Amino acid sequence: MDVQLISLIGAAFTVSFGALGPALAEGRSVAAAMDAIARQPEAAGTISRTLFVGLAMIETTAIYCLVVALLLLYANPYTG
Amino acid sequence: MKPSPLDNPVIWQLGPVPVTRPVVTTWAIMGVLALVAWLITRRLRPDPARPQMLLELIVSVIQEQIEAITQRPARNLLPLVATLFVFITTANLSGLLPGVQSPTGALETTAALAVIVFFSVHYFGIRARGWRGHLASFAQPKWMMLPLNLLAEVTRTLALSVRLFGNVMSGEFVIAMVAALAGLLVPIPFMALELLVGVIQAYIFTVLATVFIGAAVSGIESGDAAAVDKTPSR
Repeated sequence: MDVQLISLIGAAFTVSFGALGPALAEGRSVAAAMDAIARQPEAAGTISRTLFVGLAMIETTAIYCLVVALLLLYANPYTG
Repeated sequence: MKPSPLDNPVIWQLGPVPVTRPVVTTWAIMGVLALVAWLITRRLRPDPARPQMLLELIVSVIQEQIEAITQRPARNLLPLVATLFVFITTANLSGLLPGVQSPTGALETTAALAVIVFFSVHYFGIRARGWRGHLASFAQPKWMMLPLNLLAEVTRTLALSVRLFGNVMSGEFVIAMVAALAGLLVPIPFMALELLVGVIQAYIFTVLATVFIGAAVSGIESGDAAAVDKTPSR
């Protein structure tokens, strides 16, 4: 196998596993936020703002995976 | 192979400075925003017409949001944060106009925005608490956290820029791909989704910038969601 093929497969795996974890985590946090809003609708503004920031933090790991995949595809140091 | 999303072709040379497409779009957006703001605020009235009312609504909503996040008067944060939000929203949505690529789909633009946030965090932190207080905040809650805090300072700036870039760029990529595969009307739902994503990402960028600055100003340990909500009931 040449380096390009390996990087393609690597990029696909990076994105798929990088999407897996944050998806589970974001699902959990949104579910918890929904629960909290259902219990306390008057705190919805604060909860959803905190939720957005938390989601952005969780998403960061997926974004790192995206960066790695983009580097593998378009800025690979090992292909010519 | 498709053209890489990471590099932008140089359109023309301005002396020694190469000018790329996102730069031109950025300056066009800046011009349009400044022109619109000038036209609306040229004749301010106490009984406002519709455009002035809209502008006042935007400014006051952003001000209320800043005050809710930082729990202090928003006067000195308002220009920076409101400019960030208005510019990023316009830039994200400009990609939906035919023939325009949104400048936030280029890593250089978002990196520049994140660097602005990085420096303003330290500017506001030093102005609010002095050199000594601001530097001491990196050794919170224990001095052992110093390397981690310094590292977080860099990585959160990186994440801020790549988050915006990744979302906008991938949205444009998907629309281009669907348009190439399926032609005329099929990309429209994806473009509607892109409207939503553009506004949400602008909101997230702005809220994160506000949270970072608010944490540096108020001296809660820098940089996480714990700073967002200090419930006033305590």
